[in-house]
Amino acid sequence: MPLETRIYQKENNLKIGKLLKDSAKDFFGSHFLAKQLATRDIKSQYRQSYLGIIWAFIMPVTSALVWIFLNLTGTIKLSDTGVPYPVYAFSGTLIWSIITEAINSPTSSTNSARGIMSKINFPKEALILSGIYKLLFNSFIKIMLLLVFIFVFGIGFHVSLMLFPFAILAAILFGTTLGLFMTPIGLIYNDVAKIISMGLSFLMYITPVVYAIPKDGIMKTIMEINPFTALILTSRSLALGTTPEYLGYFCWILAASVALFFIALLFYRISIPVIVERLSA
Amino acid sequence: MIEKQNIQTDAEVLVKVEGLSKKFCKDLKTSLWYGVKDLAYNISGNKNERLLRDKEFWAVKDINFELRRGECLGLIGHNGAGKSTLLKILNGLINPDAGKVTIKGRVGALIELGAGFNPILSGRENIYNNGAVLGFTKKEIEAKIEDIIDFSEIREFIDMPVQNYSSGMKVRLGFAVAAQMEPDVLIIDEVLAVGDMGFVLKCFKTIDTILPNTAIIFVSHSMPMVSRICSQIILLEHGKAQFQGYDIGKAIDLYYMRFAQNESNVVFDDGSIILESVKFLNISNVVNNVPQFKWKDNIELELVLYNKLLTTIPYITLSIFDKEQRGVAIFNYEFIKVNITKGNIKLNLKHSNLQLSKGTYSLNLIIYEKQKLQNPILRMNNIISFQVLYEIETWPPFLLDCELIVKQI
Repeated sequence: MPLETRIYQKENNLKIGKLLKDSAKDFFGSHFLAKQLATRDIKSQYRQSYLGIIWAFIMPVTSALVWIFLNLTGTIKLSDTGVPYPVYAFSGTLIWSIITEAINSPTSSTNSARGIMSKINFPKEALILSGIYKLLFNSFIKIMLLLVFIFVFGIGFHVSLMLFPFAILAAILFGTTLGLFMTPIGLIYNDVAKIISMGLSFLMYITPVVYAIPKDGIMKTIMEINPFTALILTSRSLALGTTPEYLGYFCWILAASVALFFIALLFYRISIPVIVERLSA
Repeated sequence: MIEKQNIQTDAEVLVKVEGLSKKFCKDLKTSLWYGVKDLAYNISGNKNERLLRDKEFWAVKDINFELRRGECLGLIGHNGAGKSTLLKILNGLINPDAGKVTIKGRVGALIELGAGFNPILSGRENIYNNGAVLGFTKKEIEAKIEDIIDFSEIREFIDMPVQNYSSGMKVRLGFAVAAQMEPDVLIIDEVLAVGDMGFVLKCFKTIDTILPNTAIIFVSHSMPMVSRICSQIILLEHGKAQFQGYDIGKAIDLYYMRFAQNESNVVFDDGSIILESVKFLNISNVVNNVPQFKWKDNIELELVLYNKLLTTIPYITLSIFDKEQRGVAIFNYEFIKVNITKGNIKLNLKHSNLQLSKGTYSLNLIIYEKQKLQNPILRMNNIISFQVLYEIETWPPFLLDCELIVKQI
């Protein structure tokens, strides 16, 4: 067997096709490392905590409770959502939290591996994959919780519920892709992570997370352009068995996410040496 | 089949480094901004020649070498000379700014032991984490886990959280996992310093067994270890190769020259006696204020002490230290009690047939009040240094004159 040869020099003289192939190979080839890193993080997180799994969903649940309370007490007046409001709010915040977690995932996974990145050469794609595994774990808990709400509030089972996990997968892919594009620069400047978290908290208000799209007006247009709207509404419709209104837009987002994901992965791959250099210099 | 392959690849160059350079930035804010620019350039390939930008310097400049299977390259130099940067490039962690590295085969790096350890998890769980980071498959780890635990000699604590391990235990566990790698090229940075002596010896035994099938790049500040395993050497200074070649002894000499200090210092002094002067008589030559002798010369040392309080001659110990501050010899003589009074005393110490090997040595002085090892009254380090010249360079401090008699029986 001939020995594998590696060449390190300044130019990225590799062809884009080969780079893409290597990147995909490392991404799908690092399943064991990614799984190991994900289980490591999950285990250590829960081993050092009494409330454990509750932390995975306490944030979206409390923010939904606040909205439910505001709505119930008549402090704010929301237009009709078509389904019992508590289910609408819970499903909205849970799905929204999955997407935001997905956006932050690549940066936080890479950031927590700073120490080993500047010491050991391993496929960095494993970090992204381990982030996705952790997302799947957390999302699974949230989906279970949502199912409880769906049955408690009497929505009951719909065939479309079977498709709901796939919609969540699409949401995770979309979020991870978006996060992946911001990771290289986010690792260099801390500001990026802060801007993202601030931006997301504003973005929530132009997305139908806890209230429906208004019938008309500027807000309707903004919300309809917003890709997060399609993700949230489609996932929610599948879960609650209502008609998905933005299915077409959703499919476009999914297709674009798949393609962009590999481009983002490529960008990530070629950026890593630059980042390691700046982190360890 | 494996052996056959080794024979074929014996002469094969596994690591080839040509004109390697890397620049770094001194200022953090500027460095981060350059990082953003580099990210952008990176996408377009950035084939232009890279020149120093504002606040940048060459951390590694124009390094060239070739390394074959079974060879070991030592990288030495003071802190900040560029050793670790060079290792990072060789390990593929950062890209060079000029030049090219070609590496064949599986690369193993002992730069940090225990990478991927999580303090909360047990040693056993962390073997899997560390193994995964080092590129083992699950099967490989499962097959090797017992060997790893045995090698680390911490079976008793293997199910305890790693946060309760001592640093030495962590290093043991980390090395035990890393020792399972079967690399073609092994990069070792100063990682073994934490373990106890027994473990360090064990590590070197492991390195010795893999050396014949591996090309090793070894960074260390421990010159005995460098001289023990390296077959060629590069002395780095400000990122440049100040010395490069197969003469390990010469590079080590140059390395020590940087730290050469000719000032003597008083460690302890109770004021009853003072060293006035010290010099060698019968010296053949003096270079840079350092007297030189030839191997097997006779030496004569003259000490002048000023006595303030003592009534009898104290016991004087003179010991020879080498450049590593390793004690190599002590002058022994018959001690005869003599009464003395206040004032200067001259002492002459003669030694014939000096058999120290080539190198620079210094003398330490300890004066005891009445007899050997009791009540020290004056202790001084490095009161004088001298150099021994000879054609043959040897690492051990003695070159003993011998005669070899051959007889057919």
